[in-house]
Amino acid sequence: MFLINCPYCGERDQQEFKAGGEAHIERPKQPTELSDDEWAEYLFMRKNIKGVQFERWNHTHGCRKWFNMVRDTSNDEIKAIYKMGEKPPSQ
Amino acid sequence: MTKNLRVKSSEYIDETNRVSFKFNGKTYHGFKGDTLASALLANDVHLVGRSFKYHRPRGIMSCGSEEPNAIVQINPGSDRTEPNVRATEVEIYEGLEAISQNCWPSVEFDIGGINNFISPFLPAGFYYKTFMWPASFWEKYEFFIRHSAGLGKSPTTSDPDTYDHRNLHCDVLVVGAGISGVLAAKNAAKNNFKTLLVDEKNELGGSTIFENNEFNKIDNKTPSDWLKKEIEELKSIKNLEIKTRTSVAAYHQYNYLLARENLTDHLEIKNKKNKIRQRLLKIRAKKVILATGSLERPLIFNNNDRPGIMLSSAVKKYSEFYGVACGNKNVFFTNNDSAYESALSLHNKGINVEAIIDIREQSESKIVKKVNDVGIKIYRSYTIVDTAGYKRINNISIMKLSNDGTSVIGNKISISCDCLGVAGGWTPAVHLYTQSGSKLTFDEEKKAFLPNKNTSEQISVGSCNGDFKLDEIFNNLKKKIKEMLNINETDFDNIKVENDQENSKRNIWLLPSDKTLGKTKPFVDYQNDATAKDIKLALREGFRSIEHVKRYTTTGMGTDQGKLGNMHALGIIADTAGVKMGELGTTTFRPPYTPLTFGTIVGRNVGKFFDIFRRTPMNDWHVENKAEFENVGQWKRAWYYPINGETMHQAVQRESKSARESAGILDASTLGKIDIQGSDASEFLNRVYTNAWSKLAIGKCRYGLMLNEDGMVYDDGVTTRLGENHYIMSTTTGGAANVLGKLEDYLQTEWPELDVYLTSVTDHYATASLCGPNSKKILKKIIPDLDLSDENFPHMSFKETNIGNIQCRIMRISFTGEHSYEINVQASYGKNLWEKCMEAGKEFNITPYGTETMHLLRAEKGFIIVGQDTDGTMTPIDLQMDWIVSKKKYDFIGKRSLYRSDTMREDRKQLVGLLTDDPEIVLEEGAQIVSKLNQSPVEMLGHVTSSYFSPNLNKSIALAVIKGGKDMMGKKLFIPMEDKNINVTVANPVFYDEKNERLNA
Ligand SMILES: [Zn+2]
Repeated sequence: MFLINCPYCGERDQQEFKAGGEAHIERPKQPTELSDDEWAEYLFMRKNIKGVQFERWNHTHGCRKWFNMVRDTSNDEIKAIYKMGEKPPSQ
Repeated sequence: MTKNLRVKSSEYIDETNRVSFKFNGKTYHGFKGDTLASALLANDVHLVGRSFKYHRPRGIMSCGSEEPNAIVQINPGSDRTEPNVRATEVEIYEGLEAISQNCWPSVEFDIGGINNFISPFLPAGFYYKTFMWPASFWEKYEFFIRHSAGLGKSPTTSDPDTYDHRNLHCDVLVVGAGISGVLAAKNAAKNNFKTLLVDEKNELGGSTIFENNEFNKIDNKTPSDWLKKEIEELKSIKNLEIKTRTSVAAYHQYNYLLARENLTDHLEIKNKKNKIRQRLLKIRAKKVILATGSLERPLIFNNNDRPGIMLSSAVKKYSEFYGVACGNKNVFFTNNDSAYESALSLHNKGINVEAIIDIREQSESKIVKKVNDVGIKIYRSYTIVDTAGYKRINNISIMKLSNDGTSVIGNKISISCDCLGVAGGWTPAVHLYTQSGSKLTFDEEKKAFLPNKNTSEQISVGSCNGDFKLDEIFNNLKKKIKEMLNINETDFDNIKVENDQENSKRNIWLLPSDKTLGKTKPFVDYQNDATAKDIKLALREGFRSIEHVKRYTTTGMGTDQGKLGNMHALGIIADTAGVKMGELGTTTFRPPYTPLTFGTIVGRNVGKFFDIFRRTPMNDWHVENKAEFENVGQWKRAWYYPINGETMHQAVQRESKSARESAGILDASTLGKIDIQGSDASEFLNRVYTNAWSKLAIGKCRYGLMLNEDGMVYDDGVTTRLGENHYIMSTTTGGAANVLGKLEDYLQTEWPELDVYLTSVTDHYATASLCGPNSKKILKKIIPDLDLSDENFPHMSFKETNIGNIQCRIMRISFTGEHSYEINVQASYGKNLWEKCMEAGKEFNITPYGTETMHLLRAEKGFIIVGQDTDGTMTPIDLQMDWIVSKKKYDFIGKRSLYRSDTMREDRKQLVGLLTDDPEIVLEEGAQIVSKLNQSPVEMLGHVTSSYFSPNLNKSIALAVIKGGKDMMGKKLFIPMEDKNINVTVANPVFYDEKNERLNA
């Protein structure tokens, strides 16, 4: 059970949060211009890394804000947390 | 005739407080402070159970939570009965009853014991093999296995006890209150860390509290006396909370631990009532100090499982702590000095020790010399090759070990005994450490897997860290807690510690016998009856991974998770396969460390708290008017209102007819309502709905369909424009929370530039939906001032007005196809609004209807219900709702996916109507649809999604999804059922009032 430092509320128990999958997958600005393959890449393909992964999380039972997390999926170490729109920390 | 084996008064046993209890129907006596195990041993009862597979007689082996054999059922037949309880952990109380498990008809005579004699036919993997081949064998074995196996009986009535959960936060959590834990907790608390110390026993001090070995001294006192003084001091320390009878079950990431605190299990039944039985502590600690101690290992030799064969340390604790002799003719069998401590302890209490069998050639430590000096016979370099005694050990045979330890030589010596204490070394209790995600390394010298991680968040101290001697414990403890707590000194920095040194070691995982392995029974896992033979067989059959061997042989898979025998299993595998134990790795220790009751896990979340539910403001009226309810999401919704003993079908037919013929009223308060404001609100709706919103006039309503990005229908509902930058969106009852979450996600992460604010207002409003040709007249009676003409208040429009002093929002929208109004008032006026409608509607025979009638009425109109007629694989095109998908809009959520090759396939399942050729037959929802009856395997075209008998059409109607259904209008299909085939015809899904004439009726 993680202890997650919400950038808006501070440290809270994992049960207040919901994981929202891989981060930094931007919705294409002009979907109609994309081929089926390109759209499928956006829609379906996710990395699911064993190791350091960039993820989206939502403080569902708190401030309801979305934010980003850098987590090592092999040991669940949370390496960084930053707000939406902020630059990801370099590895 | 029972014997009294109580040899000495003990300070932990209250001999003035005699307790009577029953075991297997017979009454015994013990004292307050006894465990069920110590009380039984005091009565010379060793035989307490039968083993799982062979039903061999088994006795008490240990004195703690690692016990594999003495598993009993507590208070059988009562509502508080509990199976799989370790007799070594049960504190006795007046009136306690316990029975042996896993034996039938009785522990003394057990039918399954015959398995012991047919055991050559029950090898490793026996269960898997019966499952696998030949299939018919399993049928033969099943009855036999099901009857003779089984671990106790679960209670058949509901649990009368109350359980609780509690969150605890601390700076330092110390797990285990042995000498290391006590010193660590004391020093943490003294340095102003908020400290929590927990121990599974009811007394602090671990095994040191009864440690009187004259060669071990702390500050010139016996370890026992010194530790008692330390524990006394704990009471006056601030910042320290101590919880006894508290077993840590799980250690998760970020120092989150779960512990079970036992509050009433030791109390008499009359005192258990109205108290919390067990509490689950959810502990979040900044730092965790693991001081979980170590477990003594048995030795693996032929017939090492007879009642009377115990761990040497347990024999010692029963005598020192409980004042009980486990036998009158005691023998010890060892590979280290521990057994000598036990032997001397017994000797000092006047309990007879016949001999010590030591597999080592020599040992020069002081304690060994002392045991020799007091005249106890020591057999050096000997091993036990066999034991005798069916229900209690009565004899052992020993032989000299060869130099390499793989065989025995010389003559067999027979020694008579009634208790055999076995000492095979110590296994650090690293279960919690590994649960936390930390890795172990194998220490070749100590023959143990040891923790190797020490951080500012977690350390392991004492014997769970492999420190078995007092000087090692003190030195490492000092160093580690100074580092972790960042302090310069501890209060035991200058305490002088002396201890005896063990000089010689010898470890043999599987001891040889004069018989071949195939003719012996060296048990590795007592609870699951796995022997060394089984492990070797598994290796011969090609299993290599320790996890596979474990599952195949069931080693370590009992309720004790193989706490005693796992190391031997690994050792035997390593020796046989010729690999190093460090390379082999260990099996995974999973939570809980000891079993938890379901009660503890669920805590207060039982009965009506199991899952929360929501009720509408009109709920009381529905209850008073005898509505039946159905669960929709978390809501309790009125389902139908039976009168005069109507069946559900009769009630729904009556309600549906009334709603169309005169007037009906539905409680629609549960629909999700999201208030949307901001200068970009219209643009936002354009992006989330499939249709266009910019041109919707203020005061108008529009139906919208929301897709997922994959193009599949996600939710639907009517949204009303309240102002230039203000909308109110309604969602399905079940989808409300998810829709809000999804919209927030897009706003925050994809379109942060949009000026839009979302607020859930579902609970703020109560909604009554008034429908039917007389609905207008009823509303007119309630709000005489409002102009209800079609010109002023047309279909799909909105009015904000008052009913008396109550503000209300009225939408003229319809989910039934009838002329209807949805009236929204502040939630607290909901019941009042409802009663006003009922009063005004009396002359029109207004009929309250529930969700079932609502479903029927909308099905007559072919309106979908998201989640019933859709299942996450339906696009709006599949639903034949092309009309709602804007061609002009550049983009909306899911648009691009509607042009994927897969979503454009012609043969996708599409929504159609179905009519049965026999109008009386109502189809089953979920029924499969085929076009050919004599095909095998038959191609399934789709299924029925909604089905009703329509009282207004006087025939059966259904909605269905069918492959290529769009082009099948009028086609004859079949629905094969168990007893008949039903002929159906594909039809237009709008069955009633196709031209929508009733909306303005
Ligand atoms: Zn937050």
